[in-house]
Amino acid sequence: MRFVVVVKQVPDTAEVRIDEEKGTLIREGVPSILNPFDEYAIEEALRWRDELGGSVIVVTMGPPQAEAVLREAVAMGADEAILLSDRAFAGADTLATSNTLARAVSRIGDVDVVITGKQAIDGDTAQTGPSIAASLDWPQVTFVGKVRQLGDGVMVAERYVEDGCEVIRASLPVVITLLKDANTPRLPSLRGKMKARKMEIPVWGIDDLGLEPGKVGLDGSPTRVVKVATPEASSGGEIHRGEPGELAALIVDRLLGGEVE
Amino acid sequence: MNYFLSEELRDIKELCAEIAEKYIIPARAELDEENRFPSEIMKVMADSDLCGIYIPEAYGGSAEMFGGGSLALCVATEELSRACGGVAVSFAANALGAMPILISGSEDQKKKYLPLLASGSRMAAFALTEPEAGSDAGGVKTRAVRDGDHYVINGTKQWITNGGEAQIYTVIAQTDPSRGARGLSAFIMEEGTEGFSYGKKENKMGIRASATRELIFEDCRVPVENLIAREGFGFIVAMKTLNRSRPGVAAQAVGIAQGALDEAAGYASQRVQFGRRIDSFQGIQFMLADMATQIEAARALVYSVARMIDAGEKKYEKESAMAKVFASDVAMRVTTDAVQILGGYGYMKEYPVEKMMRDAKITQIYEGTNQIQRAVIASALIKETAGGKR
Amino acid sequence: MASIEVRRDACVGCGACVPACPFGVISMEDGLAVIGEACTLCGACESACPYGAIIIRTGEAGGGDLSEYSGVMVLAEQRNNEVDHSTLELLGEASRLAEVSGEKVSVLLMTARPGNWPERLISHGADIVYVAAVPELERYRTEPFSRIAERVIREKKPAVVLAAATTTGRDLMPRIAKYLETGLTADCTELAIDDETGVLLQTRPAFGGNILATIVCSDTRPQMATVRPKVMKALEPDSSRKGVVEEIGILPGDLESRTEILEWLPLEEGEVDISEAEVIVSGGRGLKSPENFALLRELAGLLGGSVGASRAAVDAGWIEYPHQVGQTGKTVQPRIYLACGISGAVQHRVGMQSSDRILALNKDENAPIFEFCDHGYVGDLFEVLPLVIKEIRRRLG
Repeated sequence: MRFVVVVKQVPDTAEVRIDEEKGTLIREGVPSILNPFDEYAIEEALRWRDELGGSVIVVTMGPPQAEAVLREAVAMGADEAILLSDRAFAGADTLATSNTLARAVSRIGDVDVVITGKQAIDGDTAQTGPSIAASLDWPQVTFVGKVRQLGDGVMVAERYVEDGCEVIRASLPVVITLLKDANTPRLPSLRGKMKARKMEIPVWGIDDLGLEPGKVGLDGSPTRVVKVATPEASSGGEIHRGEPGELAALIVDRLLGGEVE
Repeated sequence: MNYFLSEELRDIKELCAEIAEKYIIPARAELDEENRFPSEIMKVMADSDLCGIYIPEAYGGSAEMFGGGSLALCVATEELSRACGGVAVSFAANALGAMPILISGSEDQKKKYLPLLASGSRMAAFALTEPEAGSDAGGVKTRAVRDGDHYVINGTKQWITNGGEAQIYTVIAQTDPSRGARGLSAFIMEEGTEGFSYGKKENKMGIRASATRELIFEDCRVPVENLIAREGFGFIVAMKTLNRSRPGVAAQAVGIAQGALDEAAGYASQRVQFGRRIDSFQGIQFMLADMATQIEAARALVYSVARMIDAGEKKYEKESAMAKVFASDVAMRVTTDAVQILGGYGYMKEYPVEKMMRDAKITQIYEGTNQIQRAVIASALIKETAGGKR
Repeated sequence: MASIEVRRDACVGCGACVPACPFGVISMEDGLAVIGEACTLCGACESACPYGAIIIRTGEAGGGDLSEYSGVMVLAEQRNNEVDHSTLELLGEASRLAEVSGEKVSVLLMTARPGNWPERLISHGADIVYVAAVPELERYRTEPFSRIAERVIREKKPAVVLAAATTTGRDLMPRIAKYLETGLTADCTELAIDDETGVLLQTRPAFGGNILATIVCSDTRPQMATVRPKVMKALEPDSSRKGVVEEIGILPGDLESRTEILEWLPLEEGEVDISEAEVIVSGGRGLKSPENFALLRELAGLLGGSVGASRAAVDAGWIEYPHQVGQTGKTVQPRIYLACGISGAVQHRVGMQSSDRILALNKDENAPIFEFCDHGYVGDLFEVLPLVIKEIRRRLG
């Protein structure tokens, strides 16, 4: 079984702070990390590979330094890694990104399952997975909380939706996007870390993928960000202090009082 | 301070820091409170290939990659101890249990047991201490009597780290009581041997995540091929083992101290009294400066001794004792000062420093009390003087 | 290939672009703006520059006659044999958008049994209801739904297509957008029509809610967006509204699917999905142990609400992931959100900030949550909550 895991390097949004005077994001010192949801995607691929045999190939699109997240995946146990990097890829929206990623999947060839995290924490779009599936014309199963069965050309997975869970059977090849319910990602191993450090990671650019400039990067992106603003800072609420009994009574007033204001 | 650790050693440090952050720190207070062994965390360490860092590649480990394994073990133990001394000792005690086999075992014994320990699929423990034999190993009462191709072992071992959790025990027993310490022998005992059972689990002051238990031997039959080295070599095996493992205890002490300094410095930068951060007061500044300096000195000594062992030096009894004494005394002072800096909060269980102070204490006691270590250092000095080395 | 350029002749060194850059990569050197390597070509500086000195050049944009497209189309969603409320919200928003240009609001309904739904959709603002009804459309499946929707959109040429940012909308829309090679903006919280250009301004939170980005799709049609449920307002239903219902034929091949639903496991009775809950009592690191969630469960039970949790509590293993509120958990909009022992980190905030009323109980008076809650209570939850429970029992009899 051949797995491709699509990952992304993102700024750790939990570390992003707002410069209150300028109203901008303070990005300085914000670490770049492997998108947390993608760790689950890597783990899921590794588990099935360990059970069924085969290989896990991890792919990301990004600037040269995005290689770091590929090495993390290799340290966890991925077999191969490919970096899609080219100045022409810059400024890509989800459509251009998935054009690039889908082409990489085709070039890798003989892939049975593409796995990616539910969404990336910087953009939170959750669009790349389905869009890759559409580009490849493969079926997709999104919001997967558990992969029940894999092999013999089919996958059975649980897809968690608002009011329940669909047990879905899909034919392979398939693209799935994974929730955090699916597993607990392993830590890297020492041997993995050493392998990761020494591994030569191939870099594929626009020519390697045989893509036209109009399909990738900013030029291949129908959407554009025209304005970035910081949400209005809230002035803060009414703060109550006092004995536990007094506080409790005030809280109950609010809980039961309905429309008091 | 930059110790110019190799990339491989930095991998160990990074990995242990990650295990500490993801698994140990969230669990340490509960493990301490419940006196509970961290089985899940041990499994994580095994899966991360950490269990074989001191074992040669020929026996399934990776010691060569780190230039020998002693420094590797110290780096790992220190980093884990920074989060929890109890979890760290549960890891390090495996090396202590494996050391008699590693140092003095036969090729067959090494091939049989070391790969199991390197993979982390089994755990080990070292059993020397008895109710009446602590600092004085010659007082060991556990008796091993040869009976055909077996030894029959009777007796009780006390305060055995990893007792009840390990599957492979290296046990020191008396084969010739007339010869005292020279009558001791070392054996490998597997869990499940008939007549081998566990006594009570101890309720300790600190390192409460670790399992400390009695081992009870009642007519335990151990095959003769489980004798390590030869009859009468038990004391030497034990001393070599402890000399080799003491830098590990020292590293544990450095880690505990560093963890306490991290907490104290962090707290002092947040806590405001008299309208100022308390780290702006010289009284606190000097305490922090002394703590940091002592820790660095201890670490430098520990790493130097470990590097000396890795480089192949055969005589390191004195240095290994020095590292243990110095680092453990530092740990006790630094953790006590950390509690002091946190004041009333430091005394509360909501903050981790009181636990660090409790954990630190054992490093002055086990694997040879600091008084015994000083005696070792002094006797080495006296010998050197007599030999005209000074 | 796309590029960014600072025109040396136009840049006066005013520095307006420096704070505008969300990535902090612009610096001033010798009185000129210099764009750093980490630039993502997001365009924030281009619009901030008062002198038009920063230019982002794109390659040739996709053509097509944009004027052929008009109106707003909503993709309806069904849940529990009912039109989902999010669809009605979208119709309300679509009506407001269409009003600006005087265009039509249409809705595409794909279902097994439409019943009186078309009338209901009309009463909520639809001018045209396209109905594709066959038994195979009983439940949402990616391929049949995306195939039919793609065909209808190609045929009817709406300028804007909206769907709810639900698991269905977020599965369906990217697939259609790719088929149509057009732009899609996820999880919008604000939509507007630009006065000058008439393009749809799609605003959404990004970077864990740290910024609000406004996105346009200028050169391709339709402009597609998924919209966060419970943010837009539905219209008051008006049964006198008139609309047209048009049946959409099913073509051979439409219903083919490589996925199949083997089983449907609805949430169990009493197992409220927190994203639907009216009242949420939520706990964080301050709860200290899994047992203490019993307090929250008891309180939530009394209020007919659900229990939520911060990531810290879930990561510590005190409560299961489905209860997690926040960026990597669920987004909730209850009437009342009571946060107990939650510090209020950004990633939690983005999941609950649109609650009608936020109450916060925390013993640390410097906790960030006190900066954005409506009512904050500084106290020890272990002392206060048992008294809250007692008081509610007393008042409710």
